[in-house]
Amino acid sequence: MSASPRKTDIGPPHYEQFLPPIIKKNYGKWLYHENPRPGVLVHVAESGDKLYSVRAGTPRLLNVKSIRLFADLADKYCGGHLRFTSRNNVEFLLTDESKIDALIQELHDLGYPVGGTGNAISAIVHTQGWVHCHSAATDASGVVKSLMDELYPHFVNMNLPAKLRIAFACCLNMCGAVHCSDIAILGVHTRVPEIDHANLPKMCELPTLIASCPTGAIRPATVDGQQSIHIEEHLCMYCGNCFTVCPAVKINNAKTDGLSIWVGGKVSNARTEPKFSKLVIPFLPNNPPRWPETVEAVKHLVEVYAANARKYERMSEWVERIGWPRFFKLTGLPFTKYHIDDFTHAGETYKRSAQLKH
Amino acid sequence: MSEKKRETPLLDELEKGPWPSFVKELKKSADTPVVQDLLGQLERSYEEHLGHWKHGGIVGVMGYGGGVIGRYSDLPEEFPHIAHFHTMRVNQPAGWFYTSDALRKICDIWEAHGSGITNMHGSTGDIILLGTTTDQLEPIFGKLTEIGFDLGGSGSDMRTPSACCGPARCEWACYDTLAACYDFTQTYQDELHRPAFPYKYKLKFAGCPNDCVASVARADMSFIGTWKDDIQMDAEQVRQYAASGTVDIQKDVCERCPTRCMSWDGTNLTIDNSECVKCMHCINVMPKALRPGKERGCTVLIGAKAPIVGGALLSSVFVPFIEMEPPYSDLKELTEAIWDLWGEHGKNRERVGEFIQRVGLGNFLEQIGLDPVPEMIAYPRTNPYIFFGEELHEEQA
Repeated sequence: MSASPRKTDIGPPHYEQFLPPIIKKNYGKWLYHENPRPGVLVHVAESGDKLYSVRAGTPRLLNVKSIRLFADLADKYCGGHLRFTSRNNVEFLLTDESKIDALIQELHDLGYPVGGTGNAISAIVHTQGWVHCHSAATDASGVVKSLMDELYPHFVNMNLPAKLRIAFACCLNMCGAVHCSDIAILGVHTRVPEIDHANLPKMCELPTLIASCPTGAIRPATVDGQQSIHIEEHLCMYCGNCFTVCPAVKINNAKTDGLSIWVGGKVSNARTEPKFSKLVIPFLPNNPPRWPETVEAVKHLVEVYAANARKYERMSEWVERIGWPRFFKLTGLPFTKYHIDDFTHAGETYKRSAQLKH
Repeated sequence: MSEKKRETPLLDELEKGPWPSFVKELKKSADTPVVQDLLGQLERSYEEHLGHWKHGGIVGVMGYGGGVIGRYSDLPEEFPHIAHFHTMRVNQPAGWFYTSDALRKICDIWEAHGSGITNMHGSTGDIILLGTTTDQLEPIFGKLTEIGFDLGGSGSDMRTPSACCGPARCEWACYDTLAACYDFTQTYQDELHRPAFPYKYKLKFAGCPNDCVASVARADMSFIGTWKDDIQMDAEQVRQYAASGTVDIQKDVCERCPTRCMSWDGTNLTIDNSECVKCMHCINVMPKALRPGKERGCTVLIGAKAPIVGGALLSSVFVPFIEMEPPYSDLKELTEAIWDLWGEHGKNRERVGEFIQRVGLGNFLEQIGLDPVPEMIAYPRTNPYIFFGEELHEEQA
């Protein structure tokens, strides 16, 4: 038994204790950085000190045994210092340039490729999927693995017109910034949820359930003498929010769930303002273990973008220059009624001028 | 354990290929019954095209309402070792910097009391410990606090604030994102651990307008570093970029500038800083030659969110410029005023961005006590349905 009293609300450890000496010394005094080769950054301080960061991709889902391997590498090459990025990459922080090649080799041998910097595709930000989530329309890790196996050359090289950020979310909750990515893959439901009337009154609060629907499709109803709900099918757009508040409204459907693809979002302010991703493929089948239709579609989008965008043009900037009609022509993707918004403020997405390329 | 290994032919496919494999990560613990059952259930999902997790129940550590996501298998008879498979969110150190020693301690705790499977990190920014049972939550929590770590947020609370690497490793950091993130996190431990809001409230600290933590897309309050004065220029370095042939200054810099505030005569780059909107493009292209100005602070934006419930929103300008100096009293006052107003009038599961859409930004500002300024809008209203107030005529009288 531990004798120490139970601690609460201590908050996270102070970050300073984890910073390597070179960072403590040059904190806030960095002068510039360069990206000499894929996956390697060098930050130069006003003092002249140089910090080398070596970035390696991870599958996000990591075994503690792998984290220990990273810890060992950090001990061997970086005085025990490392960090992770917002895109699940691991970064080793070196002061000795001559050790970079050996570290990269070790990471490569362990199966963690070095790259993801500059005009590249960094690791795909993604969600839990079937590994851990109740509302997933599809798996996340498996689709991302399948995609990155194909896009791998773009992780270890820097030959795209600009950086290309890909994100994946397995349902409309969109854990992660899927809605503002160059390419976003989103798991979708396409059918009205099935209601478990027998269990609904026991499992769910009716007012919360009714209020959860963005379109007001859920109405109170009496079914077999019990309080339950009725769904106005023509108002349902399968967002699954009702399922989130009430497990008896089952949205997951093995036959009709699938994936959609969106492009042209960004979060950075560079050149153009941040913007949402836009729908380009409304539905692709849920096809484990390799999701070939989705992988092909994303690969095709990357290729068309890479072949046509100008230097420094992100996906959104390229599409805005050429216009959406030409985007659909160049990609060969069919344009359907599903591409036209019909939710709040949909009118703002219509083309409201005669300025068209013919 | 003598239980036989589960067959996973579909998942085995995902061990192939050059990208690191999550299946290989799982199989590194193939000798544990928990991971065997996890692999088994996941294989079932791959066969059936259907997830097999149930909704979270209310589980947690004593005195906290957040930080643990309850998770249960819906096939507990077949996969008994993951019948309970809860997630713990552990508040990451700001900027995700670690020592090998700290990571090993977390690994040891998690291997002893959980599945040994993690996410480094989750979308929230937390360290995610994936899969343990209810009875292990308190022992894990006790050991985590022993080594100086605490749980993060979940549910309708302040979520774990996150920050980019900031001045620790970036010359563009316009304020100390790590210090601000740590300070806010420590100040609002109660709001982080005990959900009392209408819904989640996220704070994200980005050091410059490149926004490496995607705050504009995801945070209810985005703190995006920026500057007010002139871009710092090393004219000789500009010429070096031009001479090196890697940058075509006219085409790649001047013509990509959103306000066309730069001109290049082949020798000198001239910037009309009064027209600069601090987009970062020229600085991103020539980091050796150009740097953010010296009069630094941040722009505070409010109200970003993903689609659920009322549609996705980007955050919008709330405070055009403020210096970021500890103890950040003005910003904390503002944050608390927002929480009071939204806490009282927000509907259940209504994010602050949606609340502002419902009540109107003008009314929201009035209640918070912030003056409206034109930086907050893309353009003034175009519709004439104006809710004029009594004070309109009182002022004229």
